[in-house]
Amino acid sequence: MMYPDKEDHALAEKDRRPDVSLPALGFVGTLRWAWTQLTSMRTALFLLLLLAVAAVPGSLFPQRPANPAVVTQYIRNNPEAGPVLDWFQLFDVYSSVWFSAIYLLLFISLIGCVIPRAMVHARAVRSKPPRTPRRLSRMPVYGTLAIPGGDVTAGSAVTDAAAMLKKRGYRVDVRDEDGKTPSVGAERGFTKELGNLIFHVSLIGVLVSVAAGGLFGYRGQKILVEGDTFVNTLVGYDSFNPGTNFSDNQLEPYSVTLDNFDVRFDRQLTHYGQPIDFTATMTTKAGPDAEPEEQILKVNAPLTIGGTSVYLVGNGYAPVVTVRDGDGNIAYQGPVVSIPQDGLFTSLVVIKVPDAQPDQLGFVGFFLPTAAVDENGVSFSRDPDPFLPQLNLNSYYGDLGLDDGEPKNVYVLDTEELTELNSRNSDDGGIVLDAGETQELPDGKGSITFDGLRRYVALDITHDPAQVGALVFSSLALAGLSASLFIGRRRAWVRAGTHDDGRVMVEYGLLARGEDHRLAGEGGALDKLFRERWLADTAPTDEHGDMETSSARSSRQPHGKDN
Amino acid sequence: MQNIDETLGQYSELFMLLAALAYTAAFVAFTWDLVKSSRRIRAVEAGLAESEQERELVAAGVVAGGRGRAENASSGNAAAATADDAMDYQGERRVVGRIAVALTAVAAVVHGVAVVSRGVAAGRVPWGNMYEFCTTGALVVAVVFLLVLTRKDLRFLGTFVIGLVVVMLCAATIGFPTPVGNLVPALQSYWLIIHVSVAVTASALFTLTFAMSVLQLIQADRMSRLLAGKQDKTPFMRLVPSALSLENLSYRINAIAFVMWTFTLMAGAIWAEQAWGRYWGWDTKEVWTFVIWVVFAGYLHARATRGWTGTRAAWLSITGYLCIVFNFTIVNVYFSGLHSYA
Ligand code: HEM
Repeated sequence: MMYPDKEDHALAEKDRRPDVSLPALGFVGTLRWAWTQLTSMRTALFLLLLLAVAAVPGSLFPQRPANPAVVTQYIRNNPEAGPVLDWFQLFDVYSSVWFSAIYLLLFISLIGCVIPRAMVHARAVRSKPPRTPRRLSRMPVYGTLAIPGGDVTAGSAVTDAAAMLKKRGYRVDVRDEDGKTPSVGAERGFTKELGNLIFHVSLIGVLVSVAAGGLFGYRGQKILVEGDTFVNTLVGYDSFNPGTNFSDNQLEPYSVTLDNFDVRFDRQLTHYGQPIDFTATMTTKAGPDAEPEEQILKVNAPLTIGGTSVYLVGNGYAPVVTVRDGDGNIAYQGPVVSIPQDGLFTSLVVIKVPDAQPDQLGFVGFFLPTAAVDENGVSFSRDPDPFLPQLNLNSYYGDLGLDDGEPKNVYVLDTEELTELNSRNSDDGGIVLDAGETQELPDGKGSITFDGLRRYVALDITHDPAQVGALVFSSLALAGLSASLFIGRRRAWVRAGTHDDGRVMVEYGLLARGEDHRLAGEGGALDKLFRERWLADTAPTDEHGDMETSSARSSRQPHGKDN
Repeated sequence: MQNIDETLGQYSELFMLLAALAYTAAFVAFTWDLVKSSRRIRAVEAGLAESEQERELVAAGVVAGGRGRAENASSGNAAAATADDAMDYQGERRVVGRIAVALTAVAAVVHGVAVVSRGVAAGRVPWGNMYEFCTTGALVVAVVFLLVLTRKDLRFLGTFVIGLVVVMLCAATIGFPTPVGNLVPALQSYWLIIHVSVAVTASALFTLTFAMSVLQLIQADRMSRLLAGKQDKTPFMRLVPSALSLENLSYRINAIAFVMWTFTLMAGAIWAEQAWGRYWGWDTKEVWTFVIWVVFAGYLHARATRGWTGTRAAWLSITGYLCIVFNFTIVNVYFSGLHSYA
């Protein structure tokens, strides 16, 4: 697509594709017509706007890839609308058929647009600057100078002008050097169109990189309690999302151990208790036989190891408990990962003890880092640091339903099928354990001990081999975009002739291709250069009025002021 | 972690208040300037125009696009607009207009002190929560406006832009009052400095073009009314350049802002990669940043598409800006996502 040359570049009409109406066409004709339509500027615009609109629902409804549990809950809460929304893929907007259709069409249109433009541009780059128009005075920026006769001849003036233009980045072509009216044609700013092409092609590159990441990458989650070690194998992950082309042997068997997790909270009055620092100290081993190495992991500063990046995305407390069953045996011992519910780290605790005999045991409740009791007798946490750690639990016994093979969420205890042993609402009261304390369960069902406290971190581990590609292409896009928007593409001509009285008359004209608000400024700059070169020794009379423009605004602006 | 200087923080809040007062004064002055210039022009016109017909000619002359300027000049500068179509300064002095600009400059200095002292008090860049986004964003809007004023006579935008600055400061102080504090770990990254500062600057530029696009629409409507021989319902618009010049200048500013927004998007993606392990995840905030980007890409396309320049392009520019406001207010406050600062 080329810009038609025209004077009123403000109302640029750059879409030169003819408006197509529906003539009688054969099959091939129809295809061609459809292709012309698809690659027209108007379609591109329409698809772009459609893409913007189509992206919005993804921010209004919960999305499966980010939050599968929330989506399930949403559908459960909205039994009527939920399934309908689901049918329209409103919980998977960005992988939906309709969203994909829009961006694929857009990119096909883009390719159909870029290829012909690239060819046109390649030809333009190789061609000579356009011939000198007969009437330069019709150009949007036009000026004349009269050089007193002497050293300067028409021919030398034109070669001078050509040299000056060349210095300013123009490609020049001198015509008729020894004739009566020699002239030079010049053109600059091919980078503008090149930038535009690079920008659009890079967008394709970004899209391909994103797709490649989806094919060859993987992403997994792991919760790691202080002292525990994660080994990068499939079984090591809590959850794992492989790319389409993933295979097990992509995983390098490195290991990371969480030695210590340090949390600092703000202790000044105004944002008291707000976290200000999370630091995980890890010991990493690049392989089973590699040397262990100590590394620090922080928010915003991932670890890279074995082709993956390890991110710190969450943390919390893991109270260590010992549960004895009705037979007096230890049925569970170890840390229990609790889920923070608020900024004070009031954390949800679920303990399932399937090994307890004769009955399986379950506990649900809260862990409070700094326990306190409000005026209604309800316990709450007063501080996120563990100044007075306490477990508040209800206990149940019965069949935990873990044996029927169905996967169960470890952080949810379904108490429907269980019998309550004690709770905050029962006569016995619930279980309240400070650190080190043990409480017997009613009916001789066993006991529970709060042995100590550890912290845990939630890690995201990702491998995206195409990430670099996305970065490179988007940087290229940015560069191309800037070139395309800020470089002016323009043509200039200078023609000289000799007056009867011996003066050399020089005229010049400038024409912008596309949007170019600096055209007038360029005219001023050229005028100044010419005067310095040829009229330096003549007194600087107020001859400036010589230069005029056929556009409305004066082009006598100081150079560069207008950008 | 650095200790917070609370006393300095309180001084900062005081300065913020003073700045808001000074801006309010500037706002009044800008408005007065518009009204006054409008009245003067009307008086000159009334004196000039003998017949109904002639009056219309003059009115049309004021609003006519570039090519009408020759006649304009010859009518003894009677119909001088506050800004001509090139939006360069003209010879005539507008005292109230100057006072308005001076007040804005003073307000911006006080505002600058407030923002900087807030940053010093916190020992970090002053853009880490909604209060700070609003106050620092407002400062950038005012400074960008003042900077553009050194090159172009956009005083006719003053009422609008400074009005918006006042609104932003009020929103910050009333809507999101936040004492100085440290940054939560998620925001402790140099990408905060890069990403947010460019985003705020781009938004400030989009604010200017939003105002210009609105005026462009009003002006275009007014011109077609005048051409149809109807009554001029928005006479103050004779002070404003033609729709075409508004469109051209806002295109230039939008182009710069769009490049910045593209950078914002990329920097955000890089930061997201460092913080969350993926550069793009369609988080609510990411969705809206993307939507804004696409809308403005659409705007740039529209400028090159037959039948979409002028009014339609202006509408796209306005839509884009409304998306920015939405992204900044509703999304930040009401949508949950990984980005939560409120
Ligand atoms: C992925 C979707 C697209 C995006 C995000 C996009 C974005 C942009 C942007 C930001 C510009 C202005 C900067 C510049 O001039 O380089 C632009 C210009 C342009 N685009 Fe696209 N574009 C897309 C698709 C297309 C398609 C499908 C076509 C072909 C029909 C197209 C044709 C053009 C043309 C001809 C220009 C130059 C307009 C001018 O001279 O101002 N673009 N595009």
